[in-house]
Amino acid sequence: MFTLLDLVQPETIDDAYKILMAKKNNTVLGGCAFLRLSSSRIGTGVELSKLNLNYIAEEQDYIEIGAMTTFRDIETNAILQEYFNGILPQAVSHIIGVQFRNVVTVGASVYAKYGFSDLITALLALDTEVQLYKGGRMPLVEFLERPYEKDLLTKIFIRKNQRRASYHNLRSSASDFPIINVAVSKLETEWLIVAGAMPSRAKIAPKASAELSKENIDIERIAALAVEELVFGTNARATAEYRKAICKVLIARGIREVLQCK
Amino acid sequence: MKIVGTGIGKIDGMSISTGKPVYTDDLVMPNTLVVKLLRSPHAFAKITVIDVTKAEKIPGVECVLTYKDVPNVRFTVAGQSYPEPSPYDRLILDQIVRYVGDEVAIIAAVDEKTAVKAMKLIKVEYEVFEPVLDFETAQGHASIVHPEDDLHCNFDIGTSKEKNIVSSQKVEFGDIEEELQKCDVVVEETYYTQAQAHCMMETYRAFNYLDHMGRLVVVSSTQIPFHVRRKLARALEMPASKIRVIKPRIGGGFGGKQTVVVEIFTAIVTLKTGKPAKLIYDREETFTCTNSRHAMRLTVRVGADTEGYIRAVDIQGLSDTGAYGEHASTVFMVVGQKTLPLYNKTKAVRFIGNVVYTNKMPGGAFRGYGATQGTFALEAAVNQLAEQLNMDPAELRLKNLIKQGETSLAYDGKLLGSSTLHRCIETGKELIGWDEKYPKVVNGRKVRAVGMAVTMQGSGIAGIDTASAEVRLNDDGNYTLLIGSTDMGTGSDTILTQMAAEILETTMDNIIVNAADTDVSPYDPGSYASSTTYVTGMAVVKAAEELKQKIVEHGAKLLEVLPEDIEFDGQVVSTLTGEKELSLAKLAELMVLGAGNLQLVGHGTYGSPVSPPPFIAGFAEVEVDTETGKIELIDYVAVVDCGTVVNPNLARIQVEGGIVQGIGLALYEDVRFGEKGQLQTNNFMQYKIPCRKDIGVVRVAFEESFEPTGPFGAKSLGEVVVNTPAPAIVHAVYNAVGVRINSLPITSEKVFMGMEKNK
Amino acid sequence: MQIEVILNDKPVVLHAEMDEFLADTLRKHGMLSIRKGCNTSCCGLCTVWLDGKPTLSCNVLSIRANGRKITTIEGAAKEAEAFAEVLVAEGAEQCGFCSPGFIMTVIAMKHELVNPTEAEIIHYLTGNLCRCTGYMGQLRAVKTYLEANII
Repeated sequence: MFTLLDLVQPETIDDAYKILMAKKNNTVLGGCAFLRLSSSRIGTGVELSKLNLNYIAEEQDYIEIGAMTTFRDIETNAILQEYFNGILPQAVSHIIGVQFRNVVTVGASVYAKYGFSDLITALLALDTEVQLYKGGRMPLVEFLERPYEKDLLTKIFIRKNQRRASYHNLRSSASDFPIINVAVSKLETEWLIVAGAMPSRAKIAPKASAELSKENIDIERIAALAVEELVFGTNARATAEYRKAICKVLIARGIREVLQCK
Repeated sequence: MKIVGTGIGKIDGMSISTGKPVYTDDLVMPNTLVVKLLRSPHAFAKITVIDVTKAEKIPGVECVLTYKDVPNVRFTVAGQSYPEPSPYDRLILDQIVRYVGDEVAIIAAVDEKTAVKAMKLIKVEYEVFEPVLDFETAQGHASIVHPEDDLHCNFDIGTSKEKNIVSSQKVEFGDIEEELQKCDVVVEETYYTQAQAHCMMETYRAFNYLDHMGRLVVVSSTQIPFHVRRKLARALEMPASKIRVIKPRIGGGFGGKQTVVVEIFTAIVTLKTGKPAKLIYDREETFTCTNSRHAMRLTVRVGADTEGYIRAVDIQGLSDTGAYGEHASTVFMVVGQKTLPLYNKTKAVRFIGNVVYTNKMPGGAFRGYGATQGTFALEAAVNQLAEQLNMDPAELRLKNLIKQGETSLAYDGKLLGSSTLHRCIETGKELIGWDEKYPKVVNGRKVRAVGMAVTMQGSGIAGIDTASAEVRLNDDGNYTLLIGSTDMGTGSDTILTQMAAEILETTMDNIIVNAADTDVSPYDPGSYASSTTYVTGMAVVKAAEELKQKIVEHGAKLLEVLPEDIEFDGQVVSTLTGEKELSLAKLAELMVLGAGNLQLVGHGTYGSPVSPPPFIAGFAEVEVDTETGKIELIDYVAVVDCGTVVNPNLARIQVEGGIVQGIGLALYEDVRFGEKGQLQTNNFMQYKIPCRKDIGVVRVAFEESFEPTGPFGAKSLGEVVVNTPAPAIVHAVYNAVGVRINSLPITSEKVFMGMEKNK
Repeated sequence: MQIEVILNDKPVVLHAEMDEFLADTLRKHGMLSIRKGCNTSCCGLCTVWLDGKPTLSCNVLSIRANGRKITTIEGAAKEAEAFAEVLVAEGAEQCGFCSPGFIMTVIAMKHELVNPTEAEIIHYLTGNLCRCTGYMGQLRAVKTYLEANII
């Protein structure tokens, strides 16, 4: 059972950050999907619903998504269905159920860097940046790599371009955590092969991605190359060996699907 | 028949579906104490120190009980008729704890937060023993799970506690080794089934209080009110007459609630404090501290001659009953009992094996009750046999399965009273498209294939399950039907009313059904063993018929004619000539208040010397992705013989629900333990029951037989429905990609690795 | 603490602890249709509408509901009964424990989707688990309900 001593709903982002940093055990309350399961001792929970961060906006060069945007909003959003072959709605649509996705937020999932996250895998295959209050704006890949530092994630940016993308995953039950997930994307000659839930969190396979930019690609060979670059682990849902084998299959499928995209 | 055989909606359907407060936790009175249980973190240990002084001092804490505060009388929590064939191996709280989650202390406080706070202040020290975690090495393990001197059983079930054996069983007809020798083809395989969790949506809960006469009144989400009363009486050393158990609307059971799980804890709190007390298990406790299906290892040998006659069936079993043996011997017995009779061209059959104690959560009653595990193993082996004989699996079965009027080696010399199983197979084949699809159709990297299995179960426990019913004619011409069976959503209250209404030729809303309350209801074992439609049903039929008879008899008296001169159409008693008549309402009034001077009641008690089996032929179509091993269910067809179908809508849903539970057993429900014996699959995130997207299409058809010993020819349906999916799907997967999965659940990884191995 | 909400179209003051979830607060307030089937936000039994959207009440800290509109099945009675009749006629309510949450999700779906396909229906309802019915009967009932265009 978790404890929560106080809960505030600040009206400005500055206030939110101040309160967050005031004590070590102050924390942001996102979707709270896992709060009940935790034994966290929270001092002050900082609740962001008054900060108007629940939006998906199409700007000139970017799509901007506020941190409090729910997965269901992502799933049903017309802009996101149009761009990148709808990879973002696809990636989140498998998760538990509509009611659950009406609660879970983009900001919380990205900030938590969950290994099993379908969203992070998909975002990593796009030109995504995150906005942190203190840390500033940085590419998602950089955010994922840096060591943990308490901060406030307020929005994410996805560059609007003609990136073609595909998303694949393997799950036991349709509402289960993924055994593995894969996103593949292409912008002109630049490819990105991303795998997640390995069970560790999403990573790009850079060498294999680079190979795809060359002429005369051998899909099977490149997929095999990609899984050599990635690190797979064993957990309750699957062995490392199986994950690696399936990842290879899904990457190959992803590449083929992207090649067929308009 | 006007009412039996129609798909009437359940009489409680509107209320329960729209959220009316009619379940246990909705009925709790204000200021009821909340009970919480402190549980062992160790799989096997002895409590050396337990100090509750700090906990007791917390304001709002009413009592904290340890093993020192409870009677030292061993009992069983099995929901079974007395004398139970189950070891009396439990104490309310024991100094020895036998699985991770075993109860250590009972805390009662004004609210949950206070109880949890107090719980954290209980100081416990343990002497930790080496736990028995692997049922395959339990026998002969250095640790003895139940060494206590006062362990005993009403029957000799073959207990050998030093070896951790709860029950040792053997059933043999003919000489099995000799017959197997003579067979031209023998299949031998070993199968493993997992400890499936019930996952009923309403978790375990009960509350109780002392009434105006100082009696303990228990309101519980239970399937077994009469057994609960008896167990409480024994465990608390008080007369059963001082206990009343009431079962309100409950949210599912599937057998899990055929065990006394929470009631003893709330009862002892109320006895100690004089105050009402309630206990609600959350989902995690329900997964870890109640009961599950028995995990088993079954080695099957099936032998046939070249003509394709199955001449010998041998099943050697090992069953894991966990820390306590309430359903150990009975579940195990059913493994052989509901499999061996199926193939009756056999010259020898045998079922032999042991049930062992381990330091894990106990196995209990779960829909199918051993027949599920046995069916999985036997049908998988029979399918393999068909392949070796180069015979179509459906043909092999049609040739060897028992038919109506026949007997079987393991069928007690009795004749099978009703069966349309052969028709079920023919119909199922047609519906799934067996001849076009068997064994497989390849489409690029995907392969579609079909598989099948058949199963039998029972209807009540022959010679043991006995139920009574009463129908009373009330003063204004309506009836009250008093039964003790326990509708857990199945609709038994409704179908039993249908039966009474049919006989009394009245309407559904003219009958008030009351169930189940041990102060009021006639005795009923409760709803388990697929007994309610068949056993309680026959009692209801008898009671209604007796009452109808009395209505005619007394109507005749009131009309001053002989009973032969009377007819009763459900609304009016009239002379054959039509000269005189009496409405039912008037007759009732006269009997209850007036000249008749006798309130009319019909009684019925029924217990059957037979347990007529329902049958199902199940067919699965799967699609396997040969690159990943992922299985998608395309179609499932179940053709059912449950005798007369009393309510087609409810019957159909029973089958669909059971099939999906069987699909869960087959494909999704994985049970995992940690090294120290802690259950890791202890919530819906880790333990996956099928969701809507996981099941493909499930289609159900009925081939009615007529069971002469059953009410209106009905048998049962409750359990048989869960048995066919696992073997049918395993068969389909084998036909698709040549991978034999012998341990459940089938996972895409197992299939993939199997394919890799085959390359 | 005190929270002010519009509960089933009526302004209401609820009392809740800081760390209390809406499911518990609503039950304490007498909305006994709310059931809790799990601790992991997986089962859908506790579904209510929060500002009209189907949401897991077990997962919303009560204090976050302050100033918002909450609807339970008690507050959607007309629509709920209309669908419940179809469900019961199909025999598909069985133990009934998952039904209120399920019905709330079905009605929400009817408000949100126009002429959904079978796949869309199944997708929308996936977050509602059921152990009794095997889902087929529920799907039949939903289709009947949508086709009949019942209010």
